[in-house]
Amino acid sequence: MDILRFATAGSVDDGKSTLIGRLLYDSKAIFEDQLEAVERTSRDRGTEYTDLSLLTDGLRAEREQGITIDVAYRYFATPKRKFIIADTPGHIQYTRNMVTGASTADLAIVLIDARKGVLEQSRRHAFLTSLLRVPHLVLAVNKMDLVDYSQERFEEIREEFTAFAAKLNVTDLTFIPISALHGDNVVSRSENTPWYQGTSLLHHLENVHIASDRNLVDVRFPVQYVIRPHNATDPGLHDYRGYAGQVYGGVLKPGDEVLHLPSGLTSRISSIDTFDGPVTEAFPPMSVTIRLEDDIDISRGDMICRPNNKPQVAQEVEAMVCWMSEAAKLAPRTKLTIKHTTRTARALVRDLHYRLDVNTLHRDESASALSLNEIGRVSLRITQPMFVDDYARNRLTGGFILIDEATHSTVGAGMILESR
Amino acid sequence: MLQCDYTTSQLDVLEAEAIHIMREVAAEFERPVLLFSGGKDSIVMLRIAEKAFWPAPIPFPLMHVDTGHNFSEVIDYRDRRAAELGARLVVASVQDSIDAGRVVEETGRRASRNRLQTTTLLDAIEEHEFDAVFGGARRDEEKARAKERVFSFRDEFGQWDPKNQRPELWNLYNAKIRKGEHIRVFPLSNWTELDVWDYIRREGIEIPSIYYAHTRKVFERDGMLLADHPVTNRGDDEPVFETVVRYRTVGDISCTGAVQSAAATVEEIITEIAATRITERGATRADDRSSEAAMEDRKREGYF
Repeated sequence: MDILRFATAGSVDDGKSTLIGRLLYDSKAIFEDQLEAVERTSRDRGTEYTDLSLLTDGLRAEREQGITIDVAYRYFATPKRKFIIADTPGHIQYTRNMVTGASTADLAIVLIDARKGVLEQSRRHAFLTSLLRVPHLVLAVNKMDLVDYSQERFEEIREEFTAFAAKLNVTDLTFIPISALHGDNVVSRSENTPWYQGTSLLHHLENVHIASDRNLVDVRFPVQYVIRPHNATDPGLHDYRGYAGQVYGGVLKPGDEVLHLPSGLTSRISSIDTFDGPVTEAFPPMSVTIRLEDDIDISRGDMICRPNNKPQVAQEVEAMVCWMSEAAKLAPRTKLTIKHTTRTARALVRDLHYRLDVNTLHRDESASALSLNEIGRVSLRITQPMFVDDYARNRLTGGFILIDEATHSTVGAGMILESR
Repeated sequence: MLQCDYTTSQLDVLEAEAIHIMREVAAEFERPVLLFSGGKDSIVMLRIAEKAFWPAPIPFPLMHVDTGHNFSEVIDYRDRRAAELGARLVVASVQDSIDAGRVVEETGRRASRNRLQTTTLLDAIEEHEFDAVFGGARRDEEKARAKERVFSFRDEFGQWDPKNQRPELWNLYNAKIRKGEHIRVFPLSNWTELDVWDYIRREGIEIPSIYYAHTRKVFERDGMLLADHPVTNRGDDEPVFETVVRYRTVGDISCTGAVQSAAATVEEIITEIAATRITERGATRADDRSSEAAMEDRKREGYF
């Protein structure tokens, strides 16, 4: 059984909470005591139906205001897969939350109300999904019951959205007509949509092929921690020196020739160790410890790759940045802390090329700063070289966060476009 | 772990993620500590720590906030496991906090030391200058937890501000703090109760005996079965009876309920949990029942 991480975007009005509630309920991930608590609250408030959105609103402020503020993580499993849902609020003021939820997602579900069609926010959700390179996008056309399960209406929405998506980096796009309230095409195929030849949403989630989404070509092993036991009682461990980390790309095997950055020195992998014994291969997302045949001075923040396939060694990067600070703005000359893979340094914003309107994709080149939830293209100068790939090639070696040096808050998320 | 198509099972993915988180903490903080209560989640967390740094020993101490109201089987297990690993165990005692006048013991039949633990925990963090504190909490446990970060920032008062959390993207964790502040780290954030049990089975890890079915003298209070013990303050109107029970969570004797169960092996426990329709906290924790936002409120104050 593997794991599928997916993000859902949409507002309460789109029936997002109802859809999640239904997936959780039908897969028996909602427990009686949770349902009772929701029923009790619904009754206390005089709501006639059991408000499943209460299941996903965790914080007091959210329940009081009837909104979702933050990313909430939900879990359910079927015999085929374990699912992790990043439930993100849909409103524009929560763009940062959607970006956060999408950063780790294998798939995103964007909900559209069949009556309203493709709205500004649907386009925004699809754009963010594409910007974050979520490999699979599902457009769930919800509330089909309110348009008499009309094939014509569904096709209209499909055509309009397909035309828009052509402008984005969407590689896998699936349309599913559903009614979250009545369960049509959510868990099983509905008799109300005989014209629909595809699978139910849950069937799609269970079967969508994600194994190829990882980069198994470019070997990338950022060194996270150096393991040196210094064990006085076990002479066999006295000279042990292992480089611990998680594989971010490619397949590593004992005997492979590898290149160390920043030194540029080469060596061979002598063994790949784990607590459960040595392994013959390591690939994403395994956490392992690598030993090399030669003694090279290697520390946290360094990169192990292949001599003929290296990341860019860059101190100047071009990136799309989503700004997440309520207090500060991003503008040229802003100085920040940057964390990329296992390396932390300081970064200077050299230039803001444009601000992107997340609704229209219009580029505003006159923009002088980015405020909360705004996205723009920037040039950064970094105090020390980073070992980077284009975000499109590898999300883990192409993504970084920006930290405010005064408040220590995480204020930006960046995706590397190209590097020099 | 190895398959020719490079797919990875859910337990291997969760384990790899948790190991990554632990190594990140060991690399970026000066004085981390791992909260170890002898409960199943902290047992799994300790195994992950063993794996993350092997063949080196775990590079941080363990800490238990001991209310003095713990099951003796669990305390025995705690001490044995720490000794096996050669780990340093810090025990922060709620009784000491009471004796020092830092907290006042609750009175009445439902008196519990659950809430008092927060002061003891925060005092210990301050005394030992811990800057990162590993906890075994999972997001599937409770709805306030569903929104908590893996690296959860606490200010100098140990408080959690749910509306002002640091965004967490990819596998990049922001470890920046000032002196006096700390980060609570939850490596098992993405695990479910069933994942924890599947992992215990796969790894063949020993667990305290009270998780398995055993005969115990209990009585019923608020729909829960509590152990007949001085700290549960059983009243004359609460008749005691003997039955076969097990514990689904391990907390204080005063507020942790047993469930009627005949599950005597890990396999039987997994079968039972897969079929159950009530959450572990709903079934067994009086501390979460006091209000809808009970957990959120305690967490804001600095609870685990």
